[in-house]
Amino acid sequence: MSDTLLSARDLSLRFGPIVALDGVDADLWPGEVLAIVGESGSGKTTLLHVLSGQARPQGGVVWYRDPDGHEQNVHAMPEPALRALHRSDWGFVRQDPRAALRLDVTAGGNIGERLMAQGSRNYGNIRTEAAAWLARVEIEESRLDDLPRTFSGGMLQRLQIARTLVTHPRLVFMDEPTGGLDVSVQARLLDLIRGLVASLGIAVVLVTHDLAVARLLAHRIIVMQRGRVVEAGLTDQVLDDPRHPYTQLLVSSVLQA
Amino acid sequence: MTEGYNFAYLDEQTKRMIRRALLKAVAIPGHQIPFGGREMPLPYGWGTGGIQVTAAVLGADDVLKVIDQGADDTTNAVSIRRFFARTAGVRTTTHTAEATVIQTRHRIPEIPLREDQILVYQVPLPEPLAKLEPSRAETKKMHALAEYGAMHVKLYEDITRFGHVSISYDYPVLVNHRHLMSPSPIPAFDNPKLHMSAALQLFGAGREKRLYAIPPWTSVKSLDFEDHPFRTTRAPHACGLCGATDSYLDEVVTDDRGGRLFCCSDTDFCEGRRPHE
Repeated sequence: MSDTLLSARDLSLRFGPIVALDGVDADLWPGEVLAIVGESGSGKTTLLHVLSGQARPQGGVVWYRDPDGHEQNVHAMPEPALRALHRSDWGFVRQDPRAALRLDVTAGGNIGERLMAQGSRNYGNIRTEAAAWLARVEIEESRLDDLPRTFSGGMLQRLQIARTLVTHPRLVFMDEPTGGLDVSVQARLLDLIRGLVASLGIAVVLVTHDLAVARLLAHRIIVMQRGRVVEAGLTDQVLDDPRHPYTQLLVSSVLQA
Repeated sequence: MTEGYNFAYLDEQTKRMIRRALLKAVAIPGHQIPFGGREMPLPYGWGTGGIQVTAAVLGADDVLKVIDQGADDTTNAVSIRRFFARTAGVRTTTHTAEATVIQTRHRIPEIPLREDQILVYQVPLPEPLAKLEPSRAETKKMHALAEYGAMHVKLYEDITRFGHVSISYDYPVLVNHRHLMSPSPIPAFDNPKLHMSAALQLFGAGREKRLYAIPPWTSVKSLDFEDHPFRTTRAPHACGLCGATDSYLDEVVTDDRGGRLFCCSDTDFCEGRRPHE
């Protein structure tokens, strides 16, 4: 498994008596979408934070292969290097776009921020790039100079995606990216994410409680319960033929429209 | 000179502490150094930071000039000058060329300074990132890692909304290619004078209790974009008193019928150019 992009071994983390992660292994290959599913409190968001270096595990290790091909221990990296990674090679899409965007800065400024953080100092180029990304996430270019607070919820989420992908990250962490959106907006957003991820070859770690989202986007799936991985495998395999009783329960509790 | 005070008002231990902080500040150009700011006999915002720095660097042979918005004759300038005349007994002047220490609020003198001069700035808000990032812990981290992209977001927004960067004073600068620094509320017009200045430049923020410095002959670059380079603006007039066309101008309302006069804000520079009868 030497060509994995991200690889976690035996992660454990407890919050007092609560077991958040218990012997979790995970692997992610370049260009692959991995979904982490499970009910609330199963440890999926904690796992996302540990994988992305935002939380420190009590045991275990997360390896990341940087663009030069070197394996990096995410939690042993110096903070400047980790922050630089989060600004360039990695992206993080939050459930609430309002927490990630600068609401008093125009859409163009929001998209351009990561470019400027990387050292772009040409206003015209930044603007052109921002306009192109706005179009890619299906927002009219005429909204480039509008403030995000005039955007709808679905547009805000698409703006957050544009802002994250503008630096062409190789790995994006997504925490419930379709949470809080109505069904038709969700469908359009999923379609967009699927298209962008496929065309850019981005690897994604996706946290969701929605099995439909996982089925639509993910190549592989990890099912978590009480901090443990109870089942892992190809998405269709896990969802069509669940073997663990908990996965069977999850699959059977999805409402059929 | 008034009896009963130590030389230049502050006690020797305090001056030593400030000088130690200043040495650190000079060693890391543009980096803010915390110091134990003292209560001074004037309110915060009137130059408590500058006056402490001046007290710490002043020697018995120094000649002091104090300017406020370029003028030597305003309340702030007159009272600080008199304060040091009384507590240190130093010679004071209004002529830039004669002074060895110049304490300033909001201006840099028009005539170039020399290597034997020290310019002391009064600084209200030392943190250039404060308006973008309210957390002091976070701004310290941003300085430590030189993460200054957010400042360019502010410039981007200005160009997008107004077609140009609308910051007309306290225009952020990058010192020695490393630290982002607030030049105190001097007009952006004065920013080029910070660059490669022959004089030592010291900055004191009394309320925020921070010191920083630009050593002589240090690179100071105003932030900009390649395709929107930094440029200064100036009222398109000649000085109504001395006729200067290259100095920073004040607009003075002269009557209640719309009359106004544009004149040099640097009063010493202006007087030196006028014929004396």
